[in-house]
Amino acid sequence: MKIAVCVKRVPDTEARIKVGADGKSIDESGVKFVLNPYDEFAVEAALKLKEAAGAGDVTVVSLGGDASQETIRTALAMGADRGVLLKVDGGTMDPLPIARALADELKAGGYDLVFCGKLAVDDSSHGTGVLVAELLELPVVSAVSHLTIANGKGTAEREIEGGVEVVEFELPAVVTTEKGLNEPRYPALKGIMMAKKKPLEVKPITLGAGGLEVESLAYPPERPAGRIVGEGPDAVPALLDALRTEAKVL
Amino acid sequence: MADILVVLEQRDGTIKRVGLEALAGGRALADKAGGAVHAMVLGPPGLKTDVAAAHGADVVVVTADEAVRLYQGNRYAAAVAARAQGGAYAAVLLGATALGKDLGPRIAARLGCPLAADVTALEYDTGIVVSRPVYSGKAVYRLRVTAPTCVITLRPNNFMPVEATRAGTVEPAALPVAGNRAARTVQVKEPERAALDVAEASIVVSGGRGLKDPEQFKLLEELAAAFGGSTAVGASRAVVDAGWRPHAEQVGQTGKTVSPNLYVAVGISGAIQHLAGMRTSKVIVAINKDKDAPIFKVADYGIVGDLFEVVPRLTAEVRKIRGN
Repeated sequence: MKIAVCVKRVPDTEARIKVGADGKSIDESGVKFVLNPYDEFAVEAALKLKEAAGAGDVTVVSLGGDASQETIRTALAMGADRGVLLKVDGGTMDPLPIARALADELKAGGYDLVFCGKLAVDDSSHGTGVLVAELLELPVVSAVSHLTIANGKGTAEREIEGGVEVVEFELPAVVTTEKGLNEPRYPALKGIMMAKKKPLEVKPITLGAGGLEVESLAYPPERPAGRIVGEGPDAVPALLDALRTEAKVL
Repeated sequence: MADILVVLEQRDGTIKRVGLEALAGGRALADKAGGAVHAMVLGPPGLKTDVAAAHGADVVVVTADEAVRLYQGNRYAAAVAARAQGGAYAAVLLGATALGKDLGPRIAARLGCPLAADVTALEYDTGIVVSRPVYSGKAVYRLRVTAPTCVITLRPNNFMPVEATRAGTVEPAALPVAGNRAARTVQVKEPERAALDVAEASIVVSGGRGLKDPEQFKLLEELAAAFGGSTAVGASRAVVDAGWRPHAEQVGQTGKTVSPNLYVAVGISGAIQHLAGMRTSKVIVAINKDKDAPIFKVADYGIVGDLFEVVPRLTAEVRKIRGN
């Protein structure tokens, strides 16, 4: 089975985010970057399928600057076989040109399955995987938390509000991964050593123009300072009074 | 002319509130841009769509077909794209629900247009400008749409439904034939205990590690029952990762983003990734024994104390008020 996984380099979820001097992007100095957490589920899903089949090939594809090589190496250290970096300068807030570049790379690959994280925790567009599938005219199931693949067919479950959708599909297909699908492995030392020798192809590309122009990046409005209404259970009446008369939510 | 197309979401034949929120957003845009609001709804025959006209839809496009009783991404996308391509829509709006997050990019791909997801504010100034939180809510982008059309998903509970009666002329539209992309929703499994989803509740009572034991979540379930109505129990990442609660209840960066009227954080310290999921709640209450816990920095009202004493008292007092 030939599998591709799309991954993205993103700031660590615990990182402090500083708006840059241009007021349109973040100041990346001192920010720790990681493999997007949802993409870890995607890599793990691909590796599990390959292991279960006893054969296969897992290609990791990322779009980004040179530093994204490190992100690809993380996935290779988990066990993926090869990497491709679609190298770009800068980016766009419109996910369509990014999906087009990924789809262009993937379409000739003959992949049975393409995995993507359901969203990247930086821009949270939760669009790229589905866009890629649509551009490749493949079936897609997004935000999958349970998956079985057998005999060229798949069954996936996705959490919806107050329920779970069960979706059947045929390969080739695209699946985007939700937390709960699996427990991503940590790269072992041996994997990290091996990853250094795995092939990683760097292909410079030019992104198409997007249709969303950044006007500004700013901090969210501060919440007005709150107050401690008291200590212990005796503070409960004061709290309820505030919720009823001040906040008017009860 | 800049018409707006709003895709309404139905479940079991009932149009969901999030669609009415999108209608309010669409109506405001259309009024400023001098266009009309067209609503579109797909579902089984016999759909009741009066609510769309009552909330600002000039036209209601109805695709009633047994094949879309359940959400079918491929079929929905084909129908909405066909409608959008036949009009002059400045935007296609949807709620950023499980359905909207799946359908939005499908439509954007078919229209070859930008996607702005999980938007919290819409403006019109010679064109559409959206605000969308990024980096887990630590920053907010304002983005100007420079394309002739775009797909926008709106974060639930950010736009208030507005009653604005319009003609709501019903236009039936046939479901386009199925393409060759074979993926089909075959079933929706309902949970054994029909709990309200944390992302749709107007009151959320969330618990963290401070509860010490999964059994203690019954304290929060009792408090939620005392509030009654549209109240759901949520959980922090720590307790979901520990297997105490299902992922569907997780609030925060790798869980759900919620904006209820009232968010009660019990025994939750307030890690950045948790705050990311609840900081847009209207009113936040924190109950924590550590007076220096970061949760108190975002809370409107706090009680410092032992939750095992505070919560039962709160439940008792809320019962008195609500009569539950």
